[in-house]
Amino acid sequence: MQRSFFARNPSVLIFIALLAVFTLTVTVMSEAMGMGVLSTSFIKTLGKTLCLCLIAIAMDLVWGYCGILSLGHFAFFGLGGYMIGMWLMYERTKGIVLGSLENAPLPPTPEEVRDAIGTQIFGVVGGAEIPMIWFFADSLAAQLALVVLVPGALALIFGWLAFRSRVTGVYLSILTQAMTLALSLYLFQNDSGLRGNNGLSGLQNIPGLSGMSQAWVSLWFLWASALALGLGYLMAAWVVSGKFGSVIRGIRDDEARVRFLGYNVEGYKLFVFTVTAIIAAVAGALYYPQAGIINPAEIAPIASIYLAVWVAIGGRGRLYGAVIGAAFVSLLSSWFTGGGAPDVNLGFYRIQWTDWWLVLLGLSFVAVTLFAPKGMGGLFDYLVRKPMPDRPGADLGPDQGSRREVEQ
Amino acid sequence: MGRSAMKGLLAAFVVWLACLGVGWADLQDVLQDNRAAIEKASRKTVDAVLADIAERGGSEGAAFLEQWQDKAVWQRKADGLFFYVETDDKQTYQLIDVSSGAVVGEAGKRDLKNLKPNSGVRGVIGSALVEFQLSDPEPRRRMAALRAIERRPDRSQLEPLRNSMVDEPDAEIKRRKEVLLALLTVRFGADIAERVAAAEGMRDKLSLETRAALNPLLATRRVVSIDGPPDDANVARKLRVGSEDLSEDAAYQMLVSAELALPDIGAEARKAALIASIAEGAVGGVPVAELDSDVARERAFAVLTAEGLAPPSVTAEEREAALRAHEFYEVYTEPSAEVTDAVQGTLGIINQRVAFYQVLDLSLDGLSLASIYFLAAIGLAITFGVMGVINMAHGEFIMMGAYTGYVVQLFVPDYTLSILLALPLAFAVTFGAGVAMERLVIRWLYNRPLETLLATFGISIALQQLAKNIFGTQARPLTSPAWLDGAWVMNDVVSVSYIRIAIFGLGLIFLFLLLFILKRTRLGLEVRAVTQNPRMAASMGINPDKINMLTFGLGSGIAGIAGVAIGLYAKVTSELGSDYIVQSFMTVVVGGVGNIWGTLLGATLIGFLQKWIEWFNPSNTLAAQTFMIVFIIIFIQFRPKGIIALKGRAAGD
Amino acid sequence: MSTLLEVSGVSVSFDGFKAINNLSFQIADAELRAIIGPNGAGKTTFMDIVTGKTRPNEGRVIWGDKSVSLLKMSESQIARAGVGRKFQRPTVFEDQTVRENLAMALRNDRSPWAVLFYKKTTDGAARIEALADEINLTAQLTRKAGELSHGQKQWLEIGMLLAQDPKLLLVDEPAAGMTPAERDHTTDILKEAAKTRAVVVVEHDMDFVEKLNCKVTVLHEGSVLAEGSLAHVTANKDVIDVYLGR
Repeated sequence: MQRSFFARNPSVLIFIALLAVFTLTVTVMSEAMGMGVLSTSFIKTLGKTLCLCLIAIAMDLVWGYCGILSLGHFAFFGLGGYMIGMWLMYERTKGIVLGSLENAPLPPTPEEVRDAIGTQIFGVVGGAEIPMIWFFADSLAAQLALVVLVPGALALIFGWLAFRSRVTGVYLSILTQAMTLALSLYLFQNDSGLRGNNGLSGLQNIPGLSGMSQAWVSLWFLWASALALGLGYLMAAWVVSGKFGSVIRGIRDDEARVRFLGYNVEGYKLFVFTVTAIIAAVAGALYYPQAGIINPAEIAPIASIYLAVWVAIGGRGRLYGAVIGAAFVSLLSSWFTGGGAPDVNLGFYRIQWTDWWLVLLGLSFVAVTLFAPKGMGGLFDYLVRKPMPDRPGADLGPDQGSRREVEQ
Repeated sequence: MGRSAMKGLLAAFVVWLACLGVGWADLQDVLQDNRAAIEKASRKTVDAVLADIAERGGSEGAAFLEQWQDKAVWQRKADGLFFYVETDDKQTYQLIDVSSGAVVGEAGKRDLKNLKPNSGVRGVIGSALVEFQLSDPEPRRRMAALRAIERRPDRSQLEPLRNSMVDEPDAEIKRRKEVLLALLTVRFGADIAERVAAAEGMRDKLSLETRAALNPLLATRRVVSIDGPPDDANVARKLRVGSEDLSEDAAYQMLVSAELALPDIGAEARKAALIASIAEGAVGGVPVAELDSDVARERAFAVLTAEGLAPPSVTAEEREAALRAHEFYEVYTEPSAEVTDAVQGTLGIINQRVAFYQVLDLSLDGLSLASIYFLAAIGLAITFGVMGVINMAHGEFIMMGAYTGYVVQLFVPDYTLSILLALPLAFAVTFGAGVAMERLVIRWLYNRPLETLLATFGISIALQQLAKNIFGTQARPLTSPAWLDGAWVMNDVVSVSYIRIAIFGLGLIFLFLLLFILKRTRLGLEVRAVTQNPRMAASMGINPDKINMLTFGLGSGIAGIAGVAIGLYAKVTSELGSDYIVQSFMTVVVGGVGNIWGTLLGATLIGFLQKWIEWFNPSNTLAAQTFMIVFIIIFIQFRPKGIIALKGRAAGD
Repeated sequence: MSTLLEVSGVSVSFDGFKAINNLSFQIADAELRAIIGPNGAGKTTFMDIVTGKTRPNEGRVIWGDKSVSLLKMSESQIARAGVGRKFQRPTVFEDQTVRENLAMALRNDRSPWAVLFYKKTTDGAARIEALADEINLTAQLTRKAGELSHGQKQWLEIGMLLAQDPKLLLVDEPAAGMTPAERDHTTDILKEAAKTRAVVVVEHDMDFVEKLNCKVTVLHEGSVLAEGSLAHVTANKDVIDVYLGR
């Protein structure tokens, strides 16, 4: 009677297998491995896309399964990036400073080293002092812990406040959007201690690995991202397939009912919100070393909304849908905005996709919401001819976007 | 009647001519009368000359005094007449008559003598001049004199200023003279009692100038002393070393300049000395590799000093000890404590009043920000609040309204007319856009708020990019008519620009218009019926489709008008709307959904709050917005349904 | 027979309208009780108060042997304390199978961690089979709840209530929209349940109440109008005036 986890969830095995094949193929075709079919920058793009797929899984968990349309998960993603970026930037600057002081007549004192690092990093915002929040920047272990702790704590506090006061639905979405806006505005200040709108840069140079070429670094990050995505997918699949998944889907469809069954709905939401925030932060910590730069604009509310767009286009409430959506839309987006798409000449007007891509994306998003609420994942249902109940009345479920129907 | 008036006028003219002739002799004659005293002017004798010139010289007399003071009066040796001169080559001089200002002749340098009054005489002339200028018939010149005194107050100006008060005809100038007189009295008054009285008498003067003028009286300098406060000094306060006001370095610097301590040559110089003394990989016996801490470096430097290779310096402990052995005070430059106390008291009162007006000004600022938020949010109060449709493209409707205004101004150059045209046009454009959006998208998504959010967000991205494609990324101006320029000024502290008042007025108009539509018209009744129970409303013969469409159009149309208003005081860009969207939703949520009064309260709360936070840290609007959002998140903890919440079963859960 | 739930002097008003007015009500262990009354009598509000959805303005709600106040507890805490509730309209999780619905309701540790690491047990499976049998849904266990008929959904919801193993069952109009045969079965389920726990049924249908054959409480304008056997209350003049009509 008890079947194994994979037997019950064949899509997980398929996904892991595809991911493995993808990673192997890219590895073989990479510059580092000699074939050089794929450029290093393209491998970085692929690695970043894997990270975006991971955060899309987090988004799907919190939105597609738990019904919380969070417009704040990219903030956690960015915070994760900032946390690892602080170590990367500090260590790298330290390396440069030590290098330049090596030939000084006197060996530098620790204070001189710190001052020089401070001037290097914060000179651009008119400071020289290293702010308190950089206290742990010298330690990789501590900053890695902060990657999890800081976004986790923010999600915990915010979620506790929001869920405790029973803010739900669009109100919650607006509130999370406000949180994201507040965070990005805060980071935009020069005295936030994180270099204001300059952000952190030079993150692609990994301290201690100066001997390694970017081709190899990119490959290592691709592997790490693929591993993280695989693990994330496995974990998410395991969470949603069990009774926990049943409860959070129940919360999505009718949280009052779940409450009257004796479940502490707020606790569950908080749990899901925080765990997904941490997944997002891990994804961000892997993403930004590949991107090389992070600044507050990355955290702006619009980014989190794009995340929702990916998941919706891919098909929410199914993990592979989120992955497909994120990969498809983000790659397509960089193809269009990067000038890869050929212009369309209408005779009287030339459509340049760098200008018109967002219009197309916005409108196709409207079309998906209206005509294909299942997203691209719905194609799979079509292929396997999954029978659909067709009953009038309350159609609750992920495809209907947590339709609002309440007991009066 | 007409004839007698004419006669009167004629008579007055004749009298005036007679006065000219009798009262004011030719200036040159007056000068010649006092020729000896002018040639050999001294402090003692010059008073009589000045009095004579003042009495008989008229306005040319004042001009002469200015020139005299500036050493620009020359005398022709031949006949002793006085002239002003002009020269190109410093050889030949053109002579200018002191009365008419006309060139009357030419002379070589040798034939002329330059009058050079000594400084004592010049001082006396200066104060006489002040008196002249302060009583000048031209108000403009009197004001200039006052400004000159304000810039460089001097003891000598006190008396002339006091004398000039009596005949001052202009009320405004008289007021300024009074203030200035009081200020001068405080600084240069005869005795302490008079000065204190003057300082206390200024308590009811509210002006930033007064405050600025009083502040120098409280100027301080810093002194070092070994035991207790210095005698006979008017001590302002004792300074703590290492506090914000006196850093350790600054304090030590004071000791050094008072020659109470040895100069600290500083870490940089020490380091340079160490580097200069490196020999065989060591300095003073300490290997170079070990010099990676301040302690080691100090040790090595001490060795250098002992060997006479470096100047003596102080160690950290010595520095510390020297600082501990002394006390640091701030001392008023004004010796009289009574005066400084009185000034301080007056300043305190003025500051209180200024603070009061600042609060008032802040409130007015908050009110105008609130009315902007209200305008931006009131359309949402209808679409989101009343209908429950969440429209993320609302901000883009605001933007469309602003661009409509811009386009209208391209065709209609008259700003007043173009604004009047733009308002209804913006309404029409966004009304149409709203109706189209409702028909095409939103009506398929009723009761699915999250879907609506995402779909309207898609529209928002598309509209924003479209605006960028059409109008470009740079900001476009929306110019307000001239009569809206400028500001209403209450006093030095409080002022409100007319645009903000107009926006406030517009907000009020919309508030009452909407209240009227929703509460008093058939449309309002039907809107409320449809939003509460569409099926029931439909069975009563109301067409819910039509009502939804109209309501959504109304909300969107108001967003367009808000766009014109916002565009007038902010630049029109494609991101204009997204700057307001989050705040607008916050306004509606904080106020309480489904209630226009709630939106008003929400806007008021958020507007005042933001200004209030900005007041603590005026340079940082970003931080103010951050804290405001944090506050709102916390506020929702206590009133999850907003300030005005619907109660009971109707509210739903 | 000890008192399980004691509601005393409870009032609640919405914007001045008194939905419940000084209501006092008691129910013992293992008792079946029907509550009837005209629309707006406060039946649903009464349930809201007991389950923690609505907070009363005044009064006390005392629960169980230890006499704890329910007013300080959250909805989920009250549910865990042993109060189960069935809503007027069937509310089941339509997107999930009947088995998942029942499994979610099974009496188990409800903390997120415990649920996350929950392992299916043969006991649990057996309990689900037994419940499904009781509510006639054995054949539908793997179907999605959304595919069930209206009556089946009602049963599923009652089944979920029973799976919770509550001490007190609050059932709001369980027989609405059912065929006569389905009603009879519902009556049986409720009577069976009332042998081991307290069951409170809110119902309009007098035939149904008669079949339940239990003590009846009549609510009117937020307070108790009459209490006793069905025959007793239907003979009461006030009840006839306000509810039954002549």
